[in-house]
Amino acid sequence: MAQAAAHAEGQQHPIKLYLVVWGWLFILSIGSYLVDYFALQGFLRWSLILTFMTLKAGLIVAVFMHMAWERLALSYAILVPPVFVLVFVAIMALESDYTHLMRVVFFGGG
Amino acid sequence: MVEAGRTLEPPSGWQGIVSDWSSDQRAFKNVSWGKAMMWIFLLSDTFIFSCFLLSYMTTRMSTTVPWPNASEVFALTIAGHSIPLILIAIMTFVLISSSGTMAMAVNFGYRRDRTKTAVFMLLTAALGAAFVGMQAFEWTKLIHEGVRPWENPWGAAQFGSNFFMITGFHGTHVTFGVIFLVIIARKVWRGDFDHERRGFFTSRKGNYEIVEIMGLYWHFVDLVWVFIFAFFYLW
Repeated sequence: MAQAAAHAEGQQHPIKLYLVVWGWLFILSIGSYLVDYFALQGFLRWSLILTFMTLKAGLIVAVFMHMAWERLALSYAILVPPVFVLVFVAIMALESDYTHLMRVVFFGGG
Repeated sequence: MVEAGRTLEPPSGWQGIVSDWSSDQRAFKNVSWGKAMMWIFLLSDTFIFSCFLLSYMTTRMSTTVPWPNASEVFALTIAGHSIPLILIAIMTFVLISSSGTMAMAVNFGYRRDRTKTAVFMLLTAALGAAFVGMQAFEWTKLIHEGVRPWENPWGAAQFGSNFFMITGFHGTHVTFGVIFLVIIARKVWRGDFDHERRGFFTSRKGNYEIVEIMGLYWHFVDLVWVFIFAFFYLW
């Protein structure tokens, strides 16, 4: 892994790379704003919002935070634990569906 | 990292992970303690923000009362036209710009360009302060319209508590970031890292890597905003 050795003394990368990423972050943000501006709804809205969000987050972590050049031992230690939050999301989604159902059944929807 | 007689490249890929973690030495080979600890702090912060966004999801999904339409709540009337979500859009662009200037600062820090590093850090701090200023405006506007942690004029009461909790916690992070940016920029400006001046609090010599560590924190604040923007404002 020649990369890791080359960057051992610090994360030095060409400025052009940062400027390109910066530009993309702007474009993606404009994209997410336009989703709302044109009031897209339903599946289209959701998929666009999540796509733009994921791409932005990925660019920030990979390039601005230099994760793309770190050794995998660090990347995995930091990036894998948040994935388990998705399990928590699934549990809480089930739980809130249940709570919602109970509220509708026992409080008559309000 | 400096091991006498070590000439072989450490293995990469899965083998690299196993050998790094089982080396009976430090696991994060090419990363200083300062940087590793910032990453671990940010991981813990990720869980805190995740819990806030999760409780927001839970309250929103379980309430039977209508949820306010963020697009309208955060609209501003400019020149007689109501533009949806415009304030949040501007805040997003300000924060992304600050991420760009921070990346520049880190770059010039490693080139040991004192002036440019300090200027870009101060620019980042200024954009961060502008963000917090706009957030203060946003809060003031909503409080005037009657939003409280326990109620709001448009429906589900949980909207208020989620709003103040999530944006408040993020705004606090930005504020602390601005303060630390100014402190580090001052150190860079007067050449602490060139003259190996000892720190006031730790009495240790610092180096330019602190700019990158500061950058990690700042980019993380921007990163969190990406998720808040998507889930709280666009949903």
